[in-house]
This record gives sequence, structure tokens and C-alpha cells, in this order.
Amino acid sequence: MYVYNDFDEAFVRNRVAQFRGQVERRIDGSLTEDEFKPLRLMNGLYLQLHAYMLRVAVPYGTLNAVQMRQLAYIADRWDKGYGHFTTRQNIQYNWPELRDVPDMLAALADVGMHAIQTSGNTIRNVTADHFAGAAADEIEDPRAIAELLRQWSTDHPEFQFLPRKFKIAVTGATEDRAVTRAHDIGLRMVRNAAGEPGFEVIVGGGLGRTPMVGKVLRDFLPKADLLPYCEAIVSVYNLLGRRDNKYKARIKITVHENGLEKIQTLVEDRFAAIRPTFTGHDQALLAVIETAFAPPAFAVKSSDGYQAARLANPAFRSWTDTNLAAHKAPGYAIVSISIKKHGATPGDATSDQMRAMADIAERYGHNELRISHEQNVILPHVHQSDLPAVYAALRAADLATANIGLVSDIIACPGMDYCALATARSIPIAQDIATRFDALKLEHEIGPLKIKISGCINACGHHHVGHIGILGLDRAGVENYQITLGGDGTQTTTIGERAGPGFSAADIVPAIERLVTGYLDLRTDANETFLQAYRRLGMAPFKTLLYPAEDQADAA
Amino acid sequence: MSRAFKPKVVTANALLEGDAVWLTIDDRWTRDIAEAELMTDEAHADLRLLEALSRQSEIAGAYLADAAAGANGPQPTHFREAFRTRGPSNYAHGKQVDL
Repeated sequence: MYVYNDFDEAFVRNRVAQFRGQVERRIDGSLTEDEFKPLRLMNGLYLQLHAYMLRVAVPYGTLNAVQMRQLAYIADRWDKGYGHFTTRQNIQYNWPELRDVPDMLAALADVGMHAIQTSGNTIRNVTADHFAGAAADEIEDPRAIAELLRQWSTDHPEFQFLPRKFKIAVTGATEDRAVTRAHDIGLRMVRNAAGEPGFEVIVGGGLGRTPMVGKVLRDFLPKADLLPYCEAIVSVYNLLGRRDNKYKARIKITVHENGLEKIQTLVEDRFAAIRPTFTGHDQALLAVIETAFAPPAFAVKSSDGYQAARLANPAFRSWTDTNLAAHKAPGYAIVSISIKKHGATPGDATSDQMRAMADIAERYGHNELRISHEQNVILPHVHQSDLPAVYAALRAADLATANIGLVSDIIACPGMDYCALATARSIPIAQDIATRFDALKLEHEIGPLKIKISGCINACGHHHVGHIGILGLDRAGVENYQITLGGDGTQTTTIGERAGPGFSAADIVPAIERLVTGYLDLRTDANETFLQAYRRLGMAPFKTLLYPAEDQADAA
Repeated sequence: MSRAFKPKVVTANALLEGDAVWLTIDDRWTRDIAEAELMTDEAHADLRLLEALSRQSEIAGAYLADAAAGANGPQPTHFREAFRTRGPSNYAHGKQVDL
């Protein structure tokens, strides 16, 4: 893992000291809220419905045990003993007091972390495939590039006042687990004809008010050109992007309004102009960073105990069936820890659970943890022979829910339980759906199904790319939930289609139940997933499931 | 013809704690909406908001919110404002336990 050098250390310490002074000046009245707001947002501090909220970056989702323990310490010392993992691989604290925030930032700096550029119109936390460095289908670990992008984008003088926020995601694998096509820039590692690794550069994707699937700007970009090319893209956007209307300010609108060809020409021109100024320092830096992401020393040992435990313990077997993924090293597995216990808040972990995960990572997981955009925690490197012990330790911490990729593994934004922008609540809907399907004991039969819930049109809950998406709105002073179907956030990214009129808070869970249990009758066999069935059949039969009364009325 | 003015309260977030507060008739910030000043006159409400906005060292983000007269004082009329009087629905945190 990357460890801060003297420059990084001095930079974050200096930023904490600056922010401490800014908070003092806000409290003594020398700064107004209008003056203070952009300063606090640059440091990840929001003001929400019930309290401040501090958003801490987990760069490319990677943490070690010491960092996870520090997150737990911060939760206990200055918050209410828990943290919320988000769809952008951040952790949010929902209850800090203004006076304490500089101390929280100092505690983060102690473990090489920060909250810089987790808000504001800047380049945000660079996200990555949460299986990076472990996935069997990976060309290269994309985190070295992500760290290079983090260093380049942090306090980049040209990009502190962009037209709007700017999000970059990177993956080194075939299977897109980083939703790269729904980012301002998506980077997918590919090989050229000569077999050399480089990037497919995708631009102008995004969800929110105007969802767009990203377009390929360059089929193949050599690795060495990545930084100047990204700089060219953001530079073109910085000049061309609209500042007159914040709803039209994201690069997806810039690309849409100007056309891909024009953007391509401008980016290539800018790239040609600035490429010679990158004289190799970035590549020297990248080489140092790459050594920090060298794979751990994988153990070679027998997996016999694992198979025996699977046979002996049905609960363990069920968990291994849902929560493990293929690892590149023989005898190893990638463990997804579900932060989606039925009825609990998606993405919330207590400080005790954070410490338990840190201990497990240290003991059995080569000291690595990941936060996924699906709001779960990953142990990327666990030997199969250690899985029974890992499972037992997770059970003891109430973290052994076997539901990864199933109906209760729901993404939900904080919604109107916390967020000042929300138009309806998300969390209670997620809790009720998970509780209902747990009671029905159907989720393993239903199989892979991604439900994603956003509490407003900004789509932090990625509802557009949920197989079933739920969008909470305020309709004449009442919470109302719209359903979209057929969304997909992988390499075949698709924006879901709106099914019809929304449902009240009381009616949304029964509607989802009709939809999902109805799918069981529609599928060809148990191997046809919800998404596949939807793609084969189209909207009509699912609409009939959602709006049965209207269907009868039409028939009559 | 202009629409009828809906009664309002001045609300904001406390500067240090960040939680919801309401302006009282005697210029205090209260954590209980029932103690807030309910204003039925638009010009008066606008004036009170200006006064609230000048108290920068106590609060952030003051605005006028719809409210209605209840048996014990003003009550929220919209669910968002109702949540601000209580706290989140997923945990017993915030005003629902602190008050």
C-alpha cells in the first residue's frame, strides 16, 4: 500500500492547520457562512439536516488495519460510534461538531488520510475496482494509477474551481466493478495489438438529473500518456463547461452539447500542447508508487480444511457461495463482508465492527481492506484455509450476512434521514425491502439482483443503473417512489427505464415484492437472472406486475 | 391575485452543533419548534429572516419554513421540516432523544 512521503505528510498537516484557523475565524464571527462554506466544502465538511457531516476519502477504496482502527476511533471520540460507507468509497460521519472537525482531520492525517476534495467543484476521490490487485480477470492493479491521479488532482491549481464536480474511476479488469461508464472520466485498462497495457478512456458518463452513459474518447491510451491526457480533458472541460446553469455544468452535458468529435479534437490539441511539458517526472513517481502496490507474499498451503468446513457447516457453505470471488493467486479468495444485514442501514458499520474487520485483515488478510461502491467491505486476499476462521470472526462481529449480490444487498444513499438535498427517505425503504425478503426466505432462489435507491434526483444511490432502481421524490408534500427497470452499471452499462407512476412509502415494498416474485414465474429457469429476463421480455410483463389493477381495467 | 401567505417560522442550523434551531419571539434560538415565533404576516417574516441572517456567529443557513399553529405552539407542515424536529428514522439519534 502507498505510504505518505514527507511531502504528502507536510501537505495534509498544513491543510489541517489552515482549516483549524478557518474554523476559529468562523466561530469568532470574522468569517460569514457564505465565506466559510467553500472552505469547509474543500475539506469535506457539509451541513446537513440534523448536524454537520464529515466526508472522508478512502482513496481508490483501499485501507489498512491501522487506518480502519483510526476510523473507528474517530467514530467513538467525535461521533456516535459508527460510520457510513458511501457509493464513492468514502466514509461519512453524521454527527461531528464544528469545533471538533480540525481534530478529526488531524487524527486522519496521523494515519495518512484526509477529507480534501471530497466535496466542491474539484476532482473528487478517485475510485477503483474494489477487487483491484486481487481479481482473477485483471490486467494490472489500477491503484498505482489511481494514486498518481490522487496526487496530481489534489490541490491542482488549474482545477480548484471547475464548472462542477469531477469524478474519475479506474479499473484494470475485464468485468467493470467500478461503474466507469457513469463517471466524468472512466479508465478501463486494455491491451493494444502489441499486448501492451494502456487505457480505454471514457468521458461524459454520469447519473443524476440527466443520466448519460460515457463515450469512448480514446480506444487506447499508452500508460505513459495518462496524466497529460487527463489534464487535457479536464483543461478543455474547465474552459468549455457551462457555468451559467449548474444543471448543465457537468462534462456529460459539455460532451452532449458540443459533440464527441469536437471534444476529441480539443482534447487531442490540448494534449499535443502539454504532452512535451511532462518530461518524465510523473513516470518516475509512478514507478515509486507501483512498488508500493506490489502484491503481498501469497502463502502456498493446503485448502483441505476449507472443503471440510464447507461440508460440515451449511451456514458457512451458504456464505462462501455468495460472499467469495475468484482470486488471481492459487488457494486464495476475495471475501466480501456484507454491510447489509437485513433490516440494518446499508453501509453503516459500528466502531466495534470496524475494529473487528481491522483485526481480521491483519491476521488473515495481508493487512488490506477495501470499501466497495456497493457499500460493502472487502478482504481482498484471504487464503481458503483461513476462511472458516474469518467466517467465525465475522459472525462474532455480526458481519456474516450471506447476501452479496442478492436482493437485500441494496445500495441506498442517506436520503432525507440525513441529507439536506434529499427529497425523500431511502434508508427505511432499503431496510423494509431487506427485512421483507428475508422473511420470505426467497433471496437465494431469486439470485443475482441489484436494487439501488436514491433519495433525490442527484442519484448518489445509483438508481439508474440498478436492475431495479428506486427514486424517492416529494410529490405535493408526500414521499413518492419511482421505479426504473433494466439498469446496469457494468461494462454493459444501461440506464434503467421508468416503469410508470410512483408509489407511496407504504406501497413501494409490496410493489417490489410483486415485481420480484412475479419474475420467478417469468424466468425461463433458475439460471435466467432478473436482468436477463427483463432484457428478453421488455417492460410490458413487469409493468403488469407493478400495476395489476390498471391492467385489469384495460382488459375490461 | 397573490397566493395567501402560509404561516412561517425562521429556522437554521446551530453554528457549533449543526442541529436545527428556530427563532423565538424574544430573539432566542430554540431547539423546540413549539417555542418558535409563528409569523402570519409576510413583511414581518421577511424582516425577521433578515435579522436572523445577521446573527452569523450563532447559526448557519437561516430560512423561512412553513408551519402551522398547533395546541402547544407551531408545528411543521412538511415532512422534511418534521424530520428536522426529530432526527433520522434509522437510529434513535438527534432531537428525538436529546430533547
